[in-house]
Amino acid sequence: MKRTLGILGAVALGVGFAGPSVGQDQVGACLITKTDINPFFVKMKEGATAKAEELGIELSTFAGKVDGDHETQVQAIETCIASGAKGILLTASDTKAIVPVVQQARDAGLLVIALDTPLEPIDSADATFATDNFKAGELIGAWAAAQLGDEAENAKIAMLDLADSQPSVGVLRDQGFLQGFGIDLGDPSRWGDEEDPRIIGNEVTAGNEEGGRTAMESLMIKDPGINVVYTINEPAAAGAYEALKAFGREDKVMIVSVDGGCPGVQNVADGVIGATSQQYPLLMASLGVEAIAAWAADGTKPEPTEGLDFFDTGVSLVTDQPAEGVESIDTAEGMDRCWG
Amino acid sequence: MSQTTSTESVANFESRRGPLQQIQHFLHGAPAMVPVFILIVSVIGFGFIAGERFFTAFNLSLIIQQVTIIGILACAQTLIILTAGIDLSVAAIMVLASVVAGKFAVVLGVPAFVAIPAGFVIGTLCGMINGLLVTALRLPPFIVTLGTWNVFFALNIWYSGSQSIRSQDIDAIAPALKFFGERVSLGGAVFTYGSFLMLLMFLVLWYMLNYTAWGRHVYAVGDDKEAAELAGIRTDRLLVSVYALAGFICGIGAWVSIGRVGSVSPQSFYDANLDSITAVVIGGTSLFGGRGSILGALFGALIVGVFSSGLKIAGVDVLWQRFAIGCLIILAVGIDQWIRRVSA
Repeated sequence: MKRTLGILGAVALGVGFAGPSVGQDQVGACLITKTDINPFFVKMKEGATAKAEELGIELSTFAGKVDGDHETQVQAIETCIASGAKGILLTASDTKAIVPVVQQARDAGLLVIALDTPLEPIDSADATFATDNFKAGELIGAWAAAQLGDEAENAKIAMLDLADSQPSVGVLRDQGFLQGFGIDLGDPSRWGDEEDPRIIGNEVTAGNEEGGRTAMESLMIKDPGINVVYTINEPAAAGAYEALKAFGREDKVMIVSVDGGCPGVQNVADGVIGATSQQYPLLMASLGVEAIAAWAADGTKPEPTEGLDFFDTGVSLVTDQPAEGVESIDTAEGMDRCWG
Repeated sequence: MSQTTSTESVANFESRRGPLQQIQHFLHGAPAMVPVFILIVSVIGFGFIAGERFFTAFNLSLIIQQVTIIGILACAQTLIILTAGIDLSVAAIMVLASVVAGKFAVVLGVPAFVAIPAGFVIGTLCGMINGLLVTALRLPPFIVTLGTWNVFFALNIWYSGSQSIRSQDIDAIAPALKFFGERVSLGGAVFTYGSFLMLLMFLVLWYMLNYTAWGRHVYAVGDDKEAAELAGIRTDRLLVSVYALAGFICGIGAWVSIGRVGSVSPQSFYDANLDSITAVVIGGTSLFGGRGSILGALFGALIVGVFSSGLKIAGVDVLWQRFAIGCLIILAVGIDQWIRRVSA
């Protein structure tokens, strides 16, 4: 009865979900993503669904309406607890506010794994399977500096970030890039406070092409000599490239990015993006489902990667112009492993 | 830095305190002059604050390029708001139409001269659905378009798989999709075909609203629907035509947006519906219907463009850019209300 009420409540509140009914002897698991519109989460859902089918786990999926839709995620966790699931895979929209309801789930005996986005504090979840976003940024920063060589001293850098609310993934990539490039960070938990004159400015893009184009135009007006562009993701990079084309500067500027989606890797192959750090959402999700299966079977919890407080699902630099001292894979391999 | 403008404009007003009433009366007679006034003041103001990089022909023309899409959506939005409605779905219609046109042309290999009109048809259909829900079911436009905003957005994500169509693929297969992104240089200024189209659309709609029976009926329905009905206007039919035309404009906007963005991007313009309402409101069109000029929306869009460009060039933190636009909306509507008090 309680479960039915939970589900009804969820429907009334507009939760997107797919059949959370759990069979008598089947292990249930829930996947809760920030949205179901971003290809990254679409791929994550695919990875989890495939693995769940393989292991005979009944997977229910939920998603917020937009990035930042915290309420829907809370409802989803409550529905999940009520449905008697064994575990939850969660990419949290609000990494602090979600903690109390995550604790409720853990108290009810569910294994909670944060995917992609760590909770704050990180040990609020039983485990975290994520890309090391700081390292993803560091790789492209180091690559860009290596490509420029001595000219890195005189670089003019445009920083195309995600949003003015400075979500952690955007901050980590931005700060990682600057560290990799060799720029003093100031406060590493914020972007935009650096004093290095090589940074022409920060603008936000909302992570899409239109935002990338407008942001790049604004920074080009500020300084038409920009020659390095950091972008939060590949759609923003594609938009920035269009703006540079309009300024006739596309051949003189190096764009770097993070994500490793298939269109993004194709853009690296076509020379639109110089290098991108590829992450592996499919792997995160399938490892997460395996962990829930193990927890349901004998109560074992996944261990973090040595030296880190989360399980690193890996990141690879994709480029066709390898730089000395920076490990990378070429676009052919990147295409094999791309998502979305 | 932004401190200087506010003190300057305050000083400006104070020195004219004597003839203030005259200004109020003048603006009451010509409400479209308010946004023009704000636009001129803000361009000059940012010329001082942001310096010469702002005040170049190139940057000023770039602002026009940047507001093209919001301007076109504001055309559609003005039509709806003049009928005392509101359309939260304009941007979703546009993105859906662009995805349909893009997918038809690039993925399915349909010739561009078929794919692009397919986008227009989708836009018009979506607009008609809004219009029919508003008239046949008598639902408030806010509720109808709040619903269809989500519906159209979901269809867009479903049909596109939320994947962008890459600029390079469009160039290779259907370059006509990017026609409105072509640029023309005039002196130091650079315009896109899209910016000219936007200006043309404003002029055509301005003519239609002011010099055709249909246009006068739009104002009449917005002012007092029952009175309009009693005067023999078939209001339901008129409303459906307004919503359908708004949808059609969004369909054209879809084509222009592909030129502007470069790719077909299902995730772009998520909150452009609100930006279009902002432009209309700053342009002095009343949300209660029946009052306002469509040209106001053009100036409204330009004011927002000038503010965001000026603040960015001045190096203002993005957070405070948003803050400033918020203040601008309240200021613009405040001035509008003040002018209206003349007759009260």
